[in-house]
Amino acid sequence: MKNFFRISFLIALFFGFQFNSNAAEKAEYLKTDWSFKGPFGKFDRAALQRGYQVYQEVCSSCHSMKYLSYRNLVEEGGPEFSVEQAKAIAASFEVKDGPNADGEMFMRPGRLSDKFVMPYENEKAAQAANGGAYPPDMTVLVKARGGGVDYIYSLLQGYEDPPAGVTLDDGVYYNKYMYGNKIKMSNQLSDGLVEYSDGTNASVEQMAKDVTTFLMWTAEPHLETRHKMGFKAIVYLIILTVLVYFSMKRIWSRIETKV
Amino acid sequence: MSEHEYTPKSKVGKWFNDRLPLLTLANHLTDYPTPKNLNYWWTFGGILTFCLITQIVTGLVLAMHYIAHADMAFQSVEHIMRDVNYGWLIRYIHANGASMFFLAVYIHIFRSLFYGSYKSPREVIWIIGIIIYLLMMAAAFLGYVLPWGQMSFWGATVITNLFSAIPLVGEGIVTWLWGGYSVDNPTLTRFFTLHYLIPFLILGLVVLHIWALHVPGNNNPIGIDIKKPSKDTVPFHPYIVIKDGFALLMFMIVFAFFVFYTPNILGHADNYIEANPLVTPAHIVPEWYLLPFYAILRSVPDKLLGVIAMLSAILILAALPWLDTSKIRSAVFRPLYKQFYWILVADVLILGYVGAMPAEGLYLLIARIATAYYFLHFLVVLPVLGFKERTTPVPLSITEPILGGSPNLAALKKKDSFKNQ
Repeated sequence: MKNFFRISFLIALFFGFQFNSNAAEKAEYLKTDWSFKGPFGKFDRAALQRGYQVYQEVCSSCHSMKYLSYRNLVEEGGPEFSVEQAKAIAASFEVKDGPNADGEMFMRPGRLSDKFVMPYENEKAAQAANGGAYPPDMTVLVKARGGGVDYIYSLLQGYEDPPAGVTLDDGVYYNKYMYGNKIKMSNQLSDGLVEYSDGTNASVEQMAKDVTTFLMWTAEPHLETRHKMGFKAIVYLIILTVLVYFSMKRIWSRIETKV
Repeated sequence: MSEHEYTPKSKVGKWFNDRLPLLTLANHLTDYPTPKNLNYWWTFGGILTFCLITQIVTGLVLAMHYIAHADMAFQSVEHIMRDVNYGWLIRYIHANGASMFFLAVYIHIFRSLFYGSYKSPREVIWIIGIIIYLLMMAAAFLGYVLPWGQMSFWGATVITNLFSAIPLVGEGIVTWLWGGYSVDNPTLTRFFTLHYLIPFLILGLVVLHIWALHVPGNNNPIGIDIKKPSKDTVPFHPYIVIKDGFALLMFMIVFAFFVFYTPNILGHADNYIEANPLVTPAHIVPEWYLLPFYAILRSVPDKLLGVIAMLSAILILAALPWLDTSKIRSAVFRPLYKQFYWILVADVLILGYVGAMPAEGLYLLIARIATAYYFLHFLVVLPVLGFKERTTPVPLSITEPILGGSPNLAALKKKDSFKNQ
């Protein structure tokens, strides 16, 4: 048992160092309370719906969301829009379909089964429209960045005037949380930029938090199921472990050796 | 298995067993005499079998939904994560399962090092184990390439490029491995095929590993040869089965914690960015379980010598039964070896740590010292220690320290009791 603790300690130390080293490179991220953190974490439904609104009105003109379908907006554990709301959202987009009987491609209103409409035809078009920088797809963006939600949340609020001595090219902006501090996306959020239908005050902080929550959901649409199932699985395993432990004690009591 | 004279009771059983002695095998496995003083470090063999089966079963399901194509692999993984029923669960079990597998195998290997389980007459078990370990690393590397993220692509590029260090034919071999002039679709499809193949090779070797184990029987914490069956042994079933089961459940709790609450913590964020041959990630880092060897590779300034050093670091383990000259198996009776053992553990952890860091400045210096010490341990310390070390008295049987008779009784009792907790 002593050795066991010694080794556990060393392993913990090893992992501790690793995570530390990943975090140490960047500026301290802004902190906020995420409702989805922790073993019982759930998404804040209203925040997801507001976050969708921010994505739709601000981000989606450049950033695609290619792994998400409109039907996902209805699904349990997500923003849980009503079917009618989601149908209306989908129908507000024009989707290219075809070819029809005449061999022509045609445009039609979106349906729930459609993927989110992309802002650009292809990656090259996206680059051409954004000064050579490709606005990354946002579906799994939160998982694709070392700092995760804290990083995205901070980045959206991290725009500053460059410190003395730092010169920026045209179309490059200074952000204290960006790797290398230079970012090709300009500051997108300003107070009152969107008008929330639920009356929430659309401060920069609020919008950053809402849209980041939304992005967490797009990256991990089954997070709530995962947390719930995890709790059940672990409780089940612990009970079983205790039962097996006592069975083991009983069985080993037949011989004069401790287990 | 020849010591068994087993006759099934039923007529049908006897008829079948005469033609295919499966019942004899089952009887051997349940009765298999196991030292009764095995501690919990011995439960990792069973845990590893569980890990292998888990990887194969989840892997089969994933393969039903995964598409091995450079343009579709990343998207098909997202399809699994979103649209396949419980696909996220299967994938997270598989991805974290690889880490759990390595965690268990490292404990298993270091247990062997501590108790001298590789020594005569168990050399063949040990060597098969090393081959399994090598195949595991290959399978893990190949599997990491399949999601076709940035780390997949660039990890594959770095590792396959190692072969270019081979003089004369190196470049040709790399092109042959890639199936082209860079890591691309042909590389992905062959990696998928091999990733599917290797676990079954491992499964076969595991059968041999266990077969080879059942010839001399288990080593044990005091490392002595024991009579089987005797007072020192218990039948595998139910004693070891229930104990392994208990340990496995504890292990599964840790496993479940990773899968359900921090499923991505052991992976690299860059692997959620689709592979892009035109953008190189800032740091290309392998998965945590390969880091010590990555550190050794980078600590040598010459590419070819670096590759040789890295391979030797693994292959040197195969020579361990002959490098360790001590007749005493268990470190319990080897006071000096015990110290060096813990230094080696620390050394490997340090290598793992610097492997994750950029290869420059102080990190590089530490990596070089740790690499040198790693080889020093196996090539100098172990052979010399066998001749120089003054070992403490070894009991004659497992029951002896409990029943009394040895002058070292008190000391042994103490050691034995905490081993058994």
